[in-house]
Amino acid sequence: MPNASSALAEQFDDLPQQQESSVLGMWTFLATEILFFGGMFMSYIAYRSAYPQAFAEASRHTIVLYGTINTAILLTSSLTVALAVHAVQEGRSKACFWLLVLTVLFGCCFLVVKGLEYHDDLNEQLWPGPHFKSGLPPQSQIFWFLYWAMTGLHALHVTIGVGLLSVIAWMAQKGKFSAAYYNPVDVSALYWHFVDIVWIFLYPLLYLINRYS
Amino acid sequence: MDAHSPTSSAPATVAAHAHAHDDHFASHIRRYLLVFYALIFGTVITVAASYIPFGDRAVNIGVALFIACGKASLVAGYFMHLVSERKMIYGIMIFTVIFFIGLMFLTLASFMNPPANTTTH
Repeated sequence: MPNASSALAEQFDDLPQQQESSVLGMWTFLATEILFFGGMFMSYIAYRSAYPQAFAEASRHTIVLYGTINTAILLTSSLTVALAVHAVQEGRSKACFWLLVLTVLFGCCFLVVKGLEYHDDLNEQLWPGPHFKSGLPPQSQIFWFLYWAMTGLHALHVTIGVGLLSVIAWMAQKGKFSAAYYNPVDVSALYWHFVDIVWIFLYPLLYLINRYS
Repeated sequence: MDAHSPTSSAPATVAAHAHAHDDHFASHIRRYLLVFYALIFGTVITVAASYIPFGDRAVNIGVALFIACGKASLVAGYFMHLVSERKMIYGIMIFTVIFFIGLMFLTLASFMNPPANTTTH
């Protein structure tokens, strides 16, 4: 059992105040992340409204199966990390550890699937530039530029999340957290959920444009 | 330390407390699972809706984004506990949304109304 007083940083009066401050800090950071991704979504909306046909044609070359599997993986990982926070709040640090390990594994699965998909995309010559796949309208390269930029940046966030949660899992295994002190688990979970939310929007916008036509 | 430790309470009270605690625990897990099922259901609906022509392209985009917003709200509201957060955090998020809408509005407005003699390809 960790000593609660040793977990308290000196600038705080007590653990609840420390917990509130770290949660506020994480939400503020996530607000900046929303605006950071917001710029990319903005470019997407602007160019999609300018070239709807080219975007629809370009999007048909994305692989829906990979995108759907990854959506299911990320949603499940959000559940496991939420349950990990709940477990540590209840003082069940062993359960918290295993749920964090499961979340890290889901994160790795996401990256593996994404890697396979990138491999297939490259084989299909879907990297914008002089060797871009022939037969597609020239503006569809804008879609593919945004695809690589947005999913690449998202994958970077997943990688950071996997690293972060691995450290938190290791700390949980060492018995660093208890029902009284668990804010590192809580704020890391907030970050992971945010990464999930970004994917919730990327999935329909990149993979599912005009699939009916 | 739990205030209702066995040394300070009658055994019956301890049992009742433990039972109430288990109920509380189970209800939280149940809520998380319900949110998860709703998220998976939302994903299935999103995929299905993308294969249905609603007539206008804008309707298809609207449906996809509406479901995505619903899913994002569930994750933020329940997994991230936003429903029970403090007002200050709501304030930060509302400001973020306002700035995001401003960003959208300015960019789209300039796209819709380009200066004279502007060429697009």
